[in-house]
Amino acid sequence: MTLKLKNASCGPTAQAERLAPAELGTRIAGCVSEGGTLLSLFALELADGLSLCALLGDRRESVIEVLLAPLRCDSYPAITPLAPQAHYFEREIAEQYDILPQGHPWLKPVRFHERWRKGAAVFGTGRPAPGVWDYFKMSGPEIHEVAVGPVHAGIIEPGHFRFQCHGEDVYHLEIQLGFQHRGVENAMPGEAARRIFIAETLAGDTTAGHATAYCRIAEALSGEEPAARADAVRAIAMELERLANHTGDLGALAGDTGYLPTASFCGRLRGDFLNMTALLCGSRFGRGLLTEGGVRFELSRETGSELLSRLREAERDTAGAVNLLWQSPSVLARLEETGKLKREDAVALGLTGVAARACGLEIDARTDFSSGHYKIIAPEPATCASGDVYARAMVRWREISRSIRHIRQILDTATGEIRLKPCGAFAPDSVAVSIEEGWRGELCHAAFTGPDGKLIRYKITDPSFKNWAGLALALRGQQISDFPLCNKSFNLSYCGTDL
Amino acid sequence: MKFPARPPVLPDLFRGLPVLTGQEIPAESAALCPTGAIKAGAKPQIDLGRCIFCGRCAQFAGNAVSFSREYRLAASTRAGMLHAGGEYPAARALDREARRIFGHSLKLRQVSAGGCAACEADVNVLGTLAFDLGRFGIQFVASPRHADGILVTGPVTKNMQSALLDTYAAIPEPKLAIAVGACAISGGIYSGSPETCGMPESIPVDLYIPGCPPHPITILDGLLRLLGRIR
Ligand code: SF4
Repeated sequence: MTLKLKNASCGPTAQAERLAPAELGTRIAGCVSEGGTLLSLFALELADGLSLCALLGDRRESVIEVLLAPLRCDSYPAITPLAPQAHYFEREIAEQYDILPQGHPWLKPVRFHERWRKGAAVFGTGRPAPGVWDYFKMSGPEIHEVAVGPVHAGIIEPGHFRFQCHGEDVYHLEIQLGFQHRGVENAMPGEAARRIFIAETLAGDTTAGHATAYCRIAEALSGEEPAARADAVRAIAMELERLANHTGDLGALAGDTGYLPTASFCGRLRGDFLNMTALLCGSRFGRGLLTEGGVRFELSRETGSELLSRLREAERDTAGAVNLLWQSPSVLARLEETGKLKREDAVALGLTGVAARACGLEIDARTDFSSGHYKIIAPEPATCASGDVYARAMVRWREISRSIRHIRQILDTATGEIRLKPCGAFAPDSVAVSIEEGWRGELCHAAFTGPDGKLIRYKITDPSFKNWAGLALALRGQQISDFPLCNKSFNLSYCGTDL
Repeated sequence: MKFPARPPVLPDLFRGLPVLTGQEIPAESAALCPTGAIKAGAKPQIDLGRCIFCGRCAQFAGNAVSFSREYRLAASTRAGMLHAGGEYPAARALDREARRIFGHSLKLRQVSAGGCAACEADVNVLGTLAFDLGRFGIQFVASPRHADGILVTGPVTKNMQSALLDTYAAIPEPKLAIAVGACAISGGIYSGSPETCGMPESIPVDLYIPGCPPHPITILDGLLRLLGRIR
């Protein structure tokens, strides 16, 4: 039996292929070597016991295969040695379900929370203290260690960074998060009325992305299709989110190179894009816009034309501000060859989104697993091959122009009206998967229902969860003073990872 | 931006202070509020410290609730945030002595404790040229040793509790504490999560700024009221 799902659809859990845990690793490695993607890997309790679940994305066929590996005991052979991109997932599984991935090269908690289930006591029996764990250490004369966080210098989220240095050179960076952990995955199956608001705040800067991914899960499980016009509004909201964040990031990169004109302009322009989202729904972050079955605000003709005229101005101003970067040799000198990642490393780590496309990988959920309005029309993926800070900046810039064009096309083509289609009961014993291209990369939500249609497991994978490893690798061989610039070029979410 | 000399420009659909029309809200309707912010009954109340301004009550509570575009939402006390529809008490200024100390130069250390980064983003934005927080003598600093107070966002996760307390302890006396956003004030949508614990009692809050996230102007208005720059 096999279960291959289209994006934002559901199928009977019973149909998913069952295999031995030892085979799962081989299948994942095979999928990755053929250009597929490990979208998510997690554990869950089904009626017949504990099981691993892998979601494998086939980009050519645009399908997601659901694989289940029932566990007979509290350990299984680790998958990471075969497929490095499993490493963070397996740490997460060990922490949540207390299962030991035997042979995992670097087993540590991801979030430092209470055990969900009592099993192999992989991390002991008590609650581990946040961030207090052995870090990878180098030894030798003149080797030193730099520890930063959880509280950082700016107004930013908490996390801990541990550098192993020789002089200014970074040999290894270990990133330890978990400080933002709010217990999201366990809260999702609870009260249905709260889910959309949790989804909106999984990562506050990705409200439209995560809310869309969640709504499509609810819609798939209840067999509802939102009105085409509602899908159009969702796509506009997601593109505006991309525009605001990409513009802000380019400004922040300029700021970190000490180039203030672009930093100042982009700070304001980011606000202009946020205010366009507020035009749609009253909130700069798109709070309250989405709901299961559609969106809550009609996009009137007047709002549409107001949006177009603001976009026109913002497009001109953003081009003016950002093109300064490419014309300034001193800026380019800082961006080029800094924090460079090889394409094969990006593949091995399973990087997604901007970070992957900046290594030349042409992957983008909007085209590969298109849903909603992206099925009608999707912007072409923007890539850049050099894998450095420059490439991550350039991909953002290319995406800015494409997103603006894309919103125009949506406004030109989307017609009809927004009729809310309230979602009813969920299909029993089913699994639904939903993938959206958030502004950082692919967001993957998966949900399982029990025999009564109630949610029994909700799994969220934010692109940051996959991309932190890319940042750590990008720092190798760099100067420690390059960290802020490299960090900004990824701009990953702590709360999206910590959940 | 001319604020506070001139009123701010807010989006047409902005959801500010809720208006309670005096109609009853039955318990079944109040139960639909995702944060439990509504006290049902003939004289209903909305707790602005819990409210995430999702606007759903304007639908499910019939004509009992609507939303105004009033952005001045900061409060000095938690009790002051229980809004029954009458006049909403504006945040008080610090006393004279405190204004003498902080009024011309207020340095704040921000700590994100489980926030989704939206409150953080809209606090950060006050530093951009558009808002130019520095013109009021307010600045965010890197070290708590250089700070006059702490600005907290997020529901305070168990994993951030000790870092938050350490940071607060490192700020020299006298010091202020400001809670920004529904999460920091009440836990917001995450209240009741076994992984969050709320603002520690040992951090007495001087200013509450509601919203999810609050509009930057709401934050700025609150800070300026605290310093007595707006009355
Ligand atoms: S707007 Fe506030 S009071 Fe109304 S339903 Fe939403 S959270 Fe509850």
